[in-house]
Amino acid sequence: MFAQSAAPRRVVVTGMGIACPLGLGVERVWKRLVEGESGIAAIQSFDVKDLPAKIAGQVPVGAKAEGKLDLAEWIPVKDQKKMDRFIQLAVVAAVEAVEDSGWMPEDEESRCATGVMIGSGIGGLTTIYESSQLIAQGKHKRVSPFFIPSALINLASGHVSIRYGFKGPNHAVVTACATGVHALGDAARLIAFGDADVMVAGGAEAAVSEIGMAGFCASRALSTGYNDTPAEASRPWDEGRDGFVMGEGAGVVVLEEYEHAKRRGAKIYAEVIGYGMSGDAHHITAPSDTGDGAYRSMRSALKSAGVTPGEVQYVNAHGTSTPLGDDLELGAVERLWGDDGKTLAMSSTKSAIGHLLGAAGAVEGIFSILAIRDGVAPPTLNLEKASKESPIDRVAKVAQERKIDVALSNSFGFGGTNASIVFRAAP
Amino acid sequence: MSETAEKVKKIVVEHLGVDEAKVTEDASFIDDLGADSLDTVELVMAFEEAFGVEIPDDAAEKITTVKDAIAYIDGQKG
Repeated sequence: MFAQSAAPRRVVVTGMGIACPLGLGVERVWKRLVEGESGIAAIQSFDVKDLPAKIAGQVPVGAKAEGKLDLAEWIPVKDQKKMDRFIQLAVVAAVEAVEDSGWMPEDEESRCATGVMIGSGIGGLTTIYESSQLIAQGKHKRVSPFFIPSALINLASGHVSIRYGFKGPNHAVVTACATGVHALGDAARLIAFGDADVMVAGGAEAAVSEIGMAGFCASRALSTGYNDTPAEASRPWDEGRDGFVMGEGAGVVVLEEYEHAKRRGAKIYAEVIGYGMSGDAHHITAPSDTGDGAYRSMRSALKSAGVTPGEVQYVNAHGTSTPLGDDLELGAVERLWGDDGKTLAMSSTKSAIGHLLGAAGAVEGIFSILAIRDGVAPPTLNLEKASKESPIDRVAKVAQERKIDVALSNSFGFGGTNASIVFRAAP
Repeated sequence: MSETAEKVKKIVVEHLGVDEAKVTEDASFIDDLGADSLDTVELVMAFEEAFGVEIPDDAAEKITTVKDAIAYIDGQKG
């Protein structure tokens, strides 16, 4: 087993897919993000009158050609009811990523070397809620035979594997808002250690529902002061921030062993060069008051990447727009980067799309890769006046052209779980 | 076509996402209409809901074609 492992293999990104509040399709979403557009709006899909937070980032409804979601264009009607919305969004992003990669195994050995690891923070919350209501009404027999497989988190990976016949490792991460980064990092390690040659990896979340909103409102995590100006509600590091804005969506990438990708002439977006994790061991929802968990996660990621902080030009921050978390993360970055912080750009793209919970790390990982590809740091919207001065440029309001060879993306979750991933320009 | 037959076929088309023309009275849910065992469980639940009848598990197991469903429902109603 581990005792006989060869040296880790190199892992590159060869396909990407996104469904998020800025729409469907990586290139369209990225263009809108860089241009400073916001995907946050008033919730129309259910009644919010009893909820203190009335806004969210939801995947726009409409035709695929317009970068919007019409489920019938992606999933047969018969199958839609077997999937909670988080699975549907995962499938949409996975289809884009797989098609983008051009990887379609044609023999059994290749199929068995291709796996899936798509996680979710919460999973089929709405499905659980609706089925519970049947029980409450005494209609036990009306609970659908698809209830359990629709709600289970690993069924996102299951559906994608069934759709494409990917028979390699089939796995799912569940680490709240750190899920996306953990999925990318863990999947990269499976390739590095030889468990698979290709992994379809990412995160998906669909908790913009009455029960999801009520739950996060109860934990006092959501912004409630900008219901009338939704696009201004997510404002990481700004002194007027008052909580995060819920978002839904999915991000999926195709990770591939470097020689495998080269052999088939695949387009390579970037290389996954480092991955680090830590635990706060502090509180169920609050970050540790020293920011030490974030610091150790990033330090560990940079160590595994073999780069110094000064070699990193861009950080995609966790930066959720909560009063406590934003400045703690900033402090941890300042501590790790030291004097090199002066040349660093760090932004929070949650300012535009909200917090996609278990999908956040995967979507933001894709943004980090595109920042490298295009030499652009996407903006932190609504950063008018920072609550804490810092030598680190937080890319307020307008994107910046920068030479970016190495980028790091952070995700931190309830329970005190932290993860950081490092990408470098394609080799 | 009887009222029951029409309603049963409509439910089958909706739930299995198949072409109406394929839903003949002899069509088997699993062999001809692409259903799996969970689909048939759901289908029987839909019949119960639509016709206000109870279909116990041992009876449900014997309903494998469109014709079986129509006959069972008509038997309950009659």
